Amino acid sequence: MAGAGGGSNDVQWCFSQVKGAIDDDVAEADIISTVEFNHSGELLATGDKGGRVVIFQQEQETKGQPHSRGEYNVYSTFQSHEPEFDYLKSLEIEEKINKIRWLPQKNAAQFLLSTNDKTIKLWKISERDKRPEGYNLKEEDGRYRDPSTVTTLRVPVFRPMDLMVEASPRRVFANAHTYHINSISVNSDYETYLSADDLRINLWHLEITDRSFNIVDIKPANMEELTEVITAAEFHPNQCNTLVYSSSKGTIRLCDMRAAALCDKHSKLFEEPEDPSNRSFFSEIISSISDVKFSHNGRYMMTRDYLSVKIWDLNMENRPVETYQVHEYLRSKLCSLYENDCIFDKFECCWNGNDSVVMTGSYNNFFRMFERGHRRDLTLEASRESSKPRAVLKPRKVCAGGKRKKDEISVDSLDFNKKILHTAWHPQDNIIAVATTNNLYIFQDKMN
Amino acid sequence: MEVSAEAKRVMVQALSKLYSSRTQRGGLRLHRSLLLTLVLRSARDIYHSARAACDSEEPLGPPAADPQQCPAEEAMETSGGRAETAVSVQEQPASRRESRDDKENESPAGAERQSRKRRGKTAAEPDFLPSKRARMDPSEERLPTRSGPGGCRGLRGTLASLPVSQAIAAF
Repeated sequence: MAGAGGGSNDVQWCFSQVKGAIDDDVAEADIISTVEFNHSGELLATGDKGGRVVIFQQEQETKGQPHSRGEYNVYSTFQSHEPEFDYLKSLEIEEKINKIRWLPQKNAAQFLLSTNDKTIKLWKISERDKRPEGYNLKEEDGRYRDPSTVTTLRVPVFRPMDLMVEASPRRVFANAHTYHINSISVNSDYETYLSADDLRINLWHLEITDRSFNIVDIKPANMEELTEVITAAEFHPNQCNTLVYSSSKGTIRLCDMRAAALCDKHSKLFEEPEDPSNRSFFSEIISSISDVKFSHNGRYMMTRDYLSVKIWDLNMENRPVETYQVHEYLRSKLCSLYENDCIFDKFECCWNGNDSVVMTGSYNNFFRMFERGHRRDLTLEASRESSKPRAVLKPRKVCAGGKRKKDEISVDSLDFNKKILHTAWHPQDNIIAVATTNNLYIFQDKMN
Repeated sequence: MEVSAEAKRVMVQALSKLYSSRTQRGGLRLHRSLLLTLVLRSARDIYHSARAACDSEEPLGPPAADPQQCPAEEAMETSGGRAETAVSVQEQPASRRESRDDKENESPAGAERQSRKRRGKTAAEPDFLPSKRARMDPSEERLPTRSGPGGCRGLRGTLASLPVSQAIAAF
């Protein structure tokens, strides 16, 4: 059974769809910057550098095609954020969507939060499939009728129309962040959410836009003493008082909002001592955590730093329970990766529905899956070449050194411009969405 | 002296990355600036300790084995007019790093305060800007790099007095 069933190596991943232009010349605005399934998995949202949000909806499974799940088709596209200018600081504010988070569905409409560097917006996405017809004072095309020509009165009625999906901004949460927002996270109380920038975390109520509570502030009195910044933050999936935030120093702090109004003092500090044999110029950069995600069951959390994925048990602070090397062969290449700026890339990570497999991206359009129970890992590639419908993806292998076997790729021939930073896993099924620079690939497991 | 050369290269790149990030859309990224500053600091420390090791092995006269490094230091001295905090590299190399460390520990700003004309966010021409001519070619290092008042400082002259905290303080 999908999701609950076998591990990543029992599953055979097949190409399902690819979205986006085939053109190799990528327009910067089309670069995908975030990918997120909603709580049911029926909707898949992407945000891009141009400030747009595109939502795909899964088709209902048809009886005619029992061997594949419904395809994802465009459901709604809207411009979420526009470029802005901060006149006081003479700074341009990018419209790039940093994160999208869905709210759980409460009624017919869907709601999501999208954020750029400074402003969070709550969007309502609703369907309209009926429209009123038979107005007395208006023609069907909208032109007003001359009142003197109206001789009878009728009651307008709703008639079916072609489905229209409308997105409207319901709330704008602005002016609360001095630094760049890197995370948003909806609380399990479904009333509040947090937004985190480099130095502060704010708590908002979804209904209230003119104020927010600052719950974490790590800004030093003297900025010259700054040693670390917040890189990601998330609420616990079912404890509404608990949140975690990761830092550029490779630490994760768990905070309990019941302890104090300002959670500067952490309840738990998760940190693994550095291996001194791995020390280099770039140790600080590669230990910076780029993403933190709780497991669905709330017992574990996963962190991603430049070279590895670590899984932490919330009850054990001194070291992770599992560590997976994503691309250890890059450790000897850190100098070049620093030169070409790749060392600053921020990879995200995600859990599958039952927390048995974790996934993260790498270079050359590779992405990696780690199966926790069986300690197995898998490398796959998102490429146009392996994009035949329902074609099974072939596992890839990188040759770190020595004799390169057939079908292996040597480290030096990896394309570092092709990076997969954003991936998402359907909450229940084995369907994954993988974003290359400007394309969204959807893969699913082979169903027999 | 590969460590020293690599450290210098890392520093040069960090500086140029810090400089170019000022013109990036969206403004200075604090996280990136912080990481670059940390790399800069550790590269600088390694550079100077490698230099100290080199100098302590051959303390007298122009070191024949290392003709590139010491003239480079001299060039730093002549061109680094604002580098009085550098603590002249002609002094005991062994203690140089230590005194610098002390200055670092006491007050990160203190070491730089003498060298900075301006404080605060605006810095039209901060002194850690890489020279437009900055080259990795060691044969270039013998030339005095000072290009004039207010102009781009020679990179050699700034290596010793890097106000690394200025990048962060600019926020």
